[in-house]
Amino acid sequence: MKEKLAKIKSMAEEALGSAKTLDTLEELRVKFLGKKGELTAVMKGMGALSPEERPKIGQLANEVRDFIGTALDEQKEKLLAAAEEQRIKDETIDVTIPGNRPKKGGKHPLTSVLDDLKDIFIGMGFSIVDGPEVELDYYNFEALNIPKDHPARDTQDTFYINDNVVLRTQTSPVQVRTMEKQKPPIRIISPGRVYRSDAVDATHSPVFHQVEGLVIDKGITMADLKGTLELFAKKLYGENTRLRFRPHHFPFTEPSAEVDISCFNCGGEGCRICKGEGWIEILGCGMVHPKVLKNCGIDPDVYSGFAFGIGLERVTQFRYDVTDMRLYYENDVRFLSQF
Amino acid sequence: MKLPLSWLKDYMNIDGIEPSEYMHKMTMSGSIVEGIENAASEFKNVVVGKILKIEKHPDADKLVVCQVDVGEDAPIQIVTGAKNVFEGAVVPVAKHKSTLPGGVKITKGKLRGVESFGMMCSTDELGISEERATGILILPDDTPVGEDIVKVLGLDENIAEFEITSNRPDCMSIIGLARETAATFNRPFKVHTPVVKENSENAADYASVEIKNTDLCSRYVGRVVKNVKIAPSPEWMQRRLKACGIRAINNVVDITNYIMLEYGQPMHAYDLDHVEGRKIIVRNAEDNEKLETLDDQPRTLNSSMIVIADEKRAIGVAGVMGGANSEVCDATTTVLFESATFNAAAVRKGAKALGMRTDASALFEKGLDTENCLNAINRACELMNELGAGEVVGGVIDEYPNKKRAKVLPFEPEKMNKFLGMEISEADMIEMLARLEFQVDGGHIHIPTFRADIEGMADIAEEVARIYGYEKIPTTLMRGEMVAGGKTPLQKLEDTVRTELSESGLYEIITYSFIDPKENAMVRIPADDSRNNFVRITNPLGEENSVMRTDMTSSVMKILRTNYTRRNPQAAVFEIGTVFTPVEGEPLPDETKTIAVGMYGEYDFYDVKGIVENLLDTVGIHDYEFTACRDNPTFHGGRCASVSAKGKNLGIIGQIHPAVCTNFKIDAEVFAAFIDFEVIAELFDMSKHYKPLPKFPAVTRDIAVTVNKDVEVGEIVKIIKAQKSGIIEDYKLFDIYEGIQVGHGKKSVAFSITFRGSDKTLADDDVNPVTDKILKELEEKLGAQLR
Repeated sequence: MKEKLAKIKSMAEEALGSAKTLDTLEELRVKFLGKKGELTAVMKGMGALSPEERPKIGQLANEVRDFIGTALDEQKEKLLAAAEEQRIKDETIDVTIPGNRPKKGGKHPLTSVLDDLKDIFIGMGFSIVDGPEVELDYYNFEALNIPKDHPARDTQDTFYINDNVVLRTQTSPVQVRTMEKQKPPIRIISPGRVYRSDAVDATHSPVFHQVEGLVIDKGITMADLKGTLELFAKKLYGENTRLRFRPHHFPFTEPSAEVDISCFNCGGEGCRICKGEGWIEILGCGMVHPKVLKNCGIDPDVYSGFAFGIGLERVTQFRYDVTDMRLYYENDVRFLSQF
Repeated sequence: MKLPLSWLKDYMNIDGIEPSEYMHKMTMSGSIVEGIENAASEFKNVVVGKILKIEKHPDADKLVVCQVDVGEDAPIQIVTGAKNVFEGAVVPVAKHKSTLPGGVKITKGKLRGVESFGMMCSTDELGISEERATGILILPDDTPVGEDIVKVLGLDENIAEFEITSNRPDCMSIIGLARETAATFNRPFKVHTPVVKENSENAADYASVEIKNTDLCSRYVGRVVKNVKIAPSPEWMQRRLKACGIRAINNVVDITNYIMLEYGQPMHAYDLDHVEGRKIIVRNAEDNEKLETLDDQPRTLNSSMIVIADEKRAIGVAGVMGGANSEVCDATTTVLFESATFNAAAVRKGAKALGMRTDASALFEKGLDTENCLNAINRACELMNELGAGEVVGGVIDEYPNKKRAKVLPFEPEKMNKFLGMEISEADMIEMLARLEFQVDGGHIHIPTFRADIEGMADIAEEVARIYGYEKIPTTLMRGEMVAGGKTPLQKLEDTVRTELSESGLYEIITYSFIDPKENAMVRIPADDSRNNFVRITNPLGEENSVMRTDMTSSVMKILRTNYTRRNPQAAVFEIGTVFTPVEGEPLPDETKTIAVGMYGEYDFYDVKGIVENLLDTVGIHDYEFTACRDNPTFHGGRCASVSAKGKNLGIIGQIHPAVCTNFKIDAEVFAAFIDFEVIAELFDMSKHYKPLPKFPAVTRDIAVTVNKDVEVGEIVKIIKAQKSGIIEDYKLFDIYEGIQVGHGKKSVAFSITFRGSDKTLADDDVNPVTDKILKELEEKLGAQLR
């Protein structure tokens, strides 16, 4: 019997080793280990053995059965792994074929940049206030210390609806309306469309956007104005940005300043973007003129404040290197899809 | 305003100030220097030469061949056609490889076969005269030969170009800029007081002045000069005028222009013999009064303008331009100088109405200092003395109805420091203000009369801050009460709409809010529609931008047209745009926002509808309804729906009418939606509440029914939706089929309905009655047959 078992073992070993499919494996399992299998047949014959031989042969039979069982499992594992490997091979795709993209849209570049500006100012406690685009001359000019015959009106080429109504040339009227309604402290920005009768070219548009800010409270100083704008510029253009305040004149602020930032491209060395000057003008600002406060019913002896105005197109121009203003309003999707 | 830096030397010491430093420091103290130019940089290799010999050109009658000594070892040969050359003449010579103003390069060449090694230059070629000169510039005999022409002609002059803000007319003068320069660089500044040599006669015996309307003229100063000899002004004066962009004419006119530059006080000179009655009258013009101005143009005046008249007629538009009838000319012997202050607004309006903004009007309209008139006219007379141009008659005619008083304001150093956020000592403030001629006296500060812009503490604080240096103001952060910033719910809603539409595959556009009134007809808005009542711009850039839009359709169509004509295969865009509706009895129109969507390319009706459905869901408007709309002329009658929710009209969607597309030259199907943002703003609900996830599995049943073709799917949906079973969780249309299998004029509609119980797993007994009821109702109401 010993020989028989050894033969079964070697036969099984050989057959299993060459089994190529799971079906063949199953057949072999039945053949060797099944109820009518060869090993079972041998085991059945054990009764004829002597009591001394029986346990020895029994042990040997068990060993053979375990051996075949393990070999079956191992071979099965192998075959499964090979099958999986084959399947993965068969399913190989060309990964260089372009992906299936969902249709994409996007915000206008001016909106994206405006969103950034809003976030920065909201972070400093500012609210956002909107107002009408068709505006009373009073709010657009007179309340802002620009009476009817003021020479500054020449420089702001205004669209008139009639003698008393204009298309706003700035978003400052929103500030006046706010001051009339709300008692200080006031901390607002008023972004929006403004209009000036400039013919369209690469640097002019009759419609453009401003973001104006206003702060009114007790004890607001020009140093606060500088600090606030510096914080803003650093957040927008990076920590290393430096600001330069140059004296200027606006009818509604006193003192007034124009503000340059150190060129974000060259850091002040001089380059194409800053036209070699190292500085880029980005906004106008100043301490709110006492007359303007008075016009809005705020006592300039108690309160002070500052205001600033940023050209959104200009900021966007520098952000994306857009050199022609017309692109913003043509709305060619090949342009819009770049942002 | 142009300033030749050398002119500053008349009032201060400018040694050691480099142009770049000058530009920077002046700008930082408030006088904006736009640039400094130097004509010398335009010259290369142009020197003084002396013509030694002139010979005829062998082949050309009009040319001569000159041997010119240019200070080199040997003379050079130059061929010229100029008529005024002679042997011994000293002339400017542009040598071989030289450069002249305007980038003109001179090299050697042959003229009619004779070699020429350069060019002798005329004044216009040297850029020192605007007019075409008739011959070569002949220099004085003693000019050193070989010397650089730039040095000889004094062209090495730095000229600063200032941008003067409207509040500082005092800086529209050399003296004003010199004062600012001295204050900026902290150097002594002195203006010499004119000393006039006058005869013993009295000007009042020669002429008189009457101001009829003292609102129009607050001071009129006149002086008379007799035995005038009209001649060219001296070279130094011409050079200064030219550097400032003013053409030299003759000594008298040049002096008035020189004074305008130096003092910022426009002047005029009349030929007194042509002033009728020798009387100057300042009055309003009469309507339709005629006058020929110095530029030989006939002008028609109106009563809002100020004229200078004599006893019979107008002889000048005050503050703008003199009249031709009293112009100083070569024959003039007696001159009346005028130095006056006219009403700023009247001059501004008059100049605008006449379309003649002159250097003088630009000054007057900013409001000039009456106290400047007398010094200016005296300086003019002093120059007449200096130039030997005439005999100044004694006495001054000075009509000064409203004598100006110097303003005195409280001096509040502490308040100023608090305002600026600085700590500048009182003494420093006083010193800096003194540089600008502000005198502090106890608690008061005396404002110089030329500073009409100074009205209060804030103005004085600015003076201190700009001289001290804005850069020295510290940067601090606001203290005080906490303020909660942020966006309003409506602003957030707008952001949400923008984000949602961007994510739906649309690009945001920004369009002009004014349109051509014809555009409404182009989008087939009927002529009697109230949207044709526009807010009109009285001074538009053109008819195409002349009214504020009342509808967004054309704005979107124009953008699609741009994209279509540029052959972009598709475009899908949106804008949250404002439309403007006039309101009866109100000065301002209603401004409302519309969400406008437009697209062409691989899109159909259901794409735009899907986008709108998603948008409405996002803003929490769920119970919306789309109803077929057949009569909107802008849209395709069979592919258009109005959208409503909670009984309110939200807007309209659909395919744009092909005729409208044709009007915009778009040969493609355009789909659009116009949703009223204001209604969205009324109905939106962005609150979200968690619903527990289901515990029991769902059951799905598909039902397919056959109905007449014209039955809308929406009617089937209504019946499913109306079921009160409480177990219908969701339903989805999954198929619509038309074809022989369902019969002619019929269609099959298939829905998948999901059922779910909140307390148990549903069995057939729970679901079947509901589906049976739905099928029964479909049959009863819509004639639907189960397939």
